[in-house]
Amino acid sequence: MKTVRYILWGLALLALVIVAGHQLSHFLGTDAENVDGFQPAFTLVNHQGDTVSEATYRGNWALVFFGFTNCPDICPTTLAELADVMDGLGNSAAKVTPLFITIDPERDRVETVAEYVSAFHPSIVGLTGTDKQVTEAADSFKAYFERVPQDSAPDGYTMGHTSAVYLISPEGHFVRTFQFRTPPEMIIEDLKERI
Amino acid sequence: MSSIKFLGAVISLTFLMAVGFISPAVPDTARNDEVIVEAAWARASIGTSRPSAAYLTIRNEGDETDVLTSLKASVSEVAEVHAMTMTDGVARMGPAGAVKLPAGHEVVLKPGGLHVMLMNLKQPLKEGEKFTLTLTFKGAGPIDVSVPVLGIGASGPVQ
Repeated sequence: MKTVRYILWGLALLALVIVAGHQLSHFLGTDAENVDGFQPAFTLVNHQGDTVSEATYRGNWALVFFGFTNCPDICPTTLAELADVMDGLGNSAAKVTPLFITIDPERDRVETVAEYVSAFHPSIVGLTGTDKQVTEAADSFKAYFERVPQDSAPDGYTMGHTSAVYLISPEGHFVRTFQFRTPPEMIIEDLKERI
Repeated sequence: MSSIKFLGAVISLTFLMAVGFISPAVPDTARNDEVIVEAAWARASIGTSRPSAAYLTIRNEGDETDVLTSLKASVSEVAEVHAMTMTDGVARMGPAGAVKLPAGHEVVLKPGGLHVMLMNLKQPLKEGEKFTLTLTFKGAGPIDVSVPVLGIGASGPVQ
């Protein structure tokens, strides 16, 4: 009789451990997504002509968008929204750096990128580089881009690219993405909770 | 006393109405038979080397499907409707071909969807200026609409 009771208690304890362990790993799992997200890495040239890397922007939250200056629709729309975010952040804006990384370095040289980003907001940093540097940068963000031949387009091609905005923590970890056309107010709210 | 106040109110109201009338908030609208083109606007460009985009709404108030077959802009060599498609978060753009307008429906060209690509600009699109866009429909024929140029960061005409 006593043996049966011990076995039953043992089973109950085991069940408790399994449930608790599952809960704990679930908790750690969701938390880990924010703390230990992948760390994008890059070496690029900013729109002032200086070589920069991911380390340059450590200490600030970064909003990263991939695009190209020949893009007349999605890129201006998103950059205008990032400008609204920066204006809406008030004092917290100093803790956020918006980065525009061109995926069309052949056409988007330093001066082109400088002219483009400054049309939207003085805080937006434009980044370009060699084909290899840009490909490595996009890969490290798990971002996708491709060159699409198109007869009517300027120079005979256009670009397809990941349209989301990436949020990178001050420690350089990926935190989340904001899908295309996320209202600036939602991005501001999200950032204010973190800053 | 009260009659002076009343007169003052009437004058202010008339003035406000006059001001409202002089600078209407409604963008230019053009129609031909049953097809109406309205709420047109374009994005300012930086120089002429990169394309710009124009947006508008087309309403077909007729009884038959019409088709937008071609466009011509006074400011660019090429004007054509392009569509943005999103697949797994990757955005791609390309010519939309002839745009169908079913009877009683409207087609809205807006950021992140259909837009008029203005390519090979003849002149920079400057905020505050206007240009003429000619839309040619299979049934309704050509319609000219005056397109105001808004800022590069604009997302549409202010309502």
